Amino acid sequence: MTTAGLRSETDPGPPPVLPDGLVAVVKRDCPTCMLVVPVLEQLRDAGDGTLTVYTQDDPRFPEAFDAVDDTELAVSWHLGLDTVPTLVRVEGGEEVARTVGWSRERWQEISGLIGLGPDLPDQRPGCGSLTQDPVRADELDVRHRGATLRSRRIELAALEDETEALFDRGWTDGLPVVAPTESRVLKMLAGTTRPADEVVAVVPPDLVECTVEKVAVNAVLAGCRPEHLPVVLAAVEAACTDAFNMHGLLATTMPVGPVVVVNGPVRRRLGMNSGVNVLGQGNRANLTVGRALQLVVRNVGGGRPSEVDRATHGNPGKVSFCFAEDEEGSPWEPLSVERGFPPDASTVTLFPGEGPRGVVDQLSRTPDSLAGSLAACLRTVQHPKLPLAFDALLVVSPEHARVFREAGWDKARLRAELRDRLELPGRDLVRGAGGIAEGVPVGMEDATFPKFGPDGLLIVHAGGGAGLFSTIIGGWVNGATGSTPVTREITS
Amino acid sequence: MTERSHPTTIVLDPTGERSPAARPRAARPATLDGLTVGLLDIGKARGDVFLDRVAERCADRGWSVARFAKPTFTKPAPVDLRYEISQRCDVVIEALAD
Repeated sequence: MTTAGLRSETDPGPPPVLPDGLVAVVKRDCPTCMLVVPVLEQLRDAGDGTLTVYTQDDPRFPEAFDAVDDTELAVSWHLGLDTVPTLVRVEGGEEVARTVGWSRERWQEISGLIGLGPDLPDQRPGCGSLTQDPVRADELDVRHRGATLRSRRIELAALEDETEALFDRGWTDGLPVVAPTESRVLKMLAGTTRPADEVVAVVPPDLVECTVEKVAVNAVLAGCRPEHLPVVLAAVEAACTDAFNMHGLLATTMPVGPVVVVNGPVRRRLGMNSGVNVLGQGNRANLTVGRALQLVVRNVGGGRPSEVDRATHGNPGKVSFCFAEDEEGSPWEPLSVERGFPPDASTVTLFPGEGPRGVVDQLSRTPDSLAGSLAACLRTVQHPKLPLAFDALLVVSPEHARVFREAGWDKARLRAELRDRLELPGRDLVRGAGGIAEGVPVGMEDATFPKFGPDGLLIVHAGGGAGLFSTIIGGWVNGATGSTPVTREITS
Repeated sequence: MTERSHPTTIVLDPTGERSPAARPRAARPATLDGLTVGLLDIGKARGDVFLDRVAERCADRGWSVARFAKPTFTKPAPVDLRYEISQRCDVVIEALAD
């Protein structure tokens, strides 16, 4: 493998300048183009002599014309053709009118001539332009737009296995990645309206300015589709804020990483999973968006395990941890609305979380009993004797949520009830209490500690329709020295 | 357009494209006599104990010492702090871990 340092495979040169007058693009392998040859002859003979014919496949077609060879498809590509024949009127080098296929009315309108193709039907649809040929479209895109990409080119040797080469380069999280070819990156960038060279964030730990293009390259690696890119961009922005503190989250020895919760219409548009197996495998958008964020941190930021990432154990979610909230089935307002965004806004909320753990309660049918179960389990986040230091994200399943819905408990009520149940007496928490050295400093026996700070418990609704279980995702150190959840709107 | 063979695959570098370890290390001084030693406490537990002792040992040898502290060990040192250390010190000792 060598670093090619190329800017594009081939130099496309400047865009072609179109001659003024009428421009027709045809190909021999198109019955409609064959059909309009007599019309082209009429235009040549009766017009003002400014007809220029470009041919896509055979420079000798049409016979009796000195057609311009466009077998490299440069003119056709710059015209953005879908169909041949295409007739264009050009004035001062600019296109002012266009029609595709054969339509006597439109051709007469554009040419200003009447009586065109008297023996032809009134209209006939055209054929596909060769620029749309799947075999050529990607190559044309790279040839003409590849130079806009700024990333260093790396040339993989002919005999190198592509997948192995990307592992060797150190670009993967331990799973195979998709090769970020120019063509794939260009397609990925079509998923956003943001310019490729716009800086999205400064990514830790190396504090590298990361452009939309670099995010797109890593989104390709992760297996994203172009429509996923705006979600990844928002997640990268949120992760790289001072409040979220991706640097600390990466560097800590604790088993935590960014957890991405997606809200709003984008969930449905991307087919994200908020139901059965919501935190598990199987959904491309969930998995690849979370993975792309981690690959940006790894590749752009330089955050790799055993280097700045010092996690004692880590957790499987550090490959990817992203899911959507089930808003439609929820008795409560979505997390994004709770955090100040309108219901029609699509957002990502990043939470600094460890791996998920289950809460089993199949017997509680009253909200008090179920809140008691949830509180008992929430108390154990990181350590049952450590209050206030760690936040938590509670994922309530539909069957558990039903208990609260039927009792009329809104989310604020549930949170207040949990808070009441998580007022912990200092005598149970001090160091040595219960024979356990860990805990709050001795001398605080008479104090009372809430397990979570005022904003320390996030609640979302997600999961399959069957199962009287919920899930707790424990947090990392909260506050100014740790990480605070961050919500960002997903824009196009 | 002619069909072209693709003997190689060209991919885009997904990294920050930082030059690999290209920056040379600063030359190590032969002696600390006459130099200022910066002692940086990153905020990890008992880092201060370690640095207090280092400061004593420096004082014994007549080396001047300047003490610094990061606001929190979980975040990179602020730019201003890094600049101040670079301006006031010739060498730096960090208490890195607890």
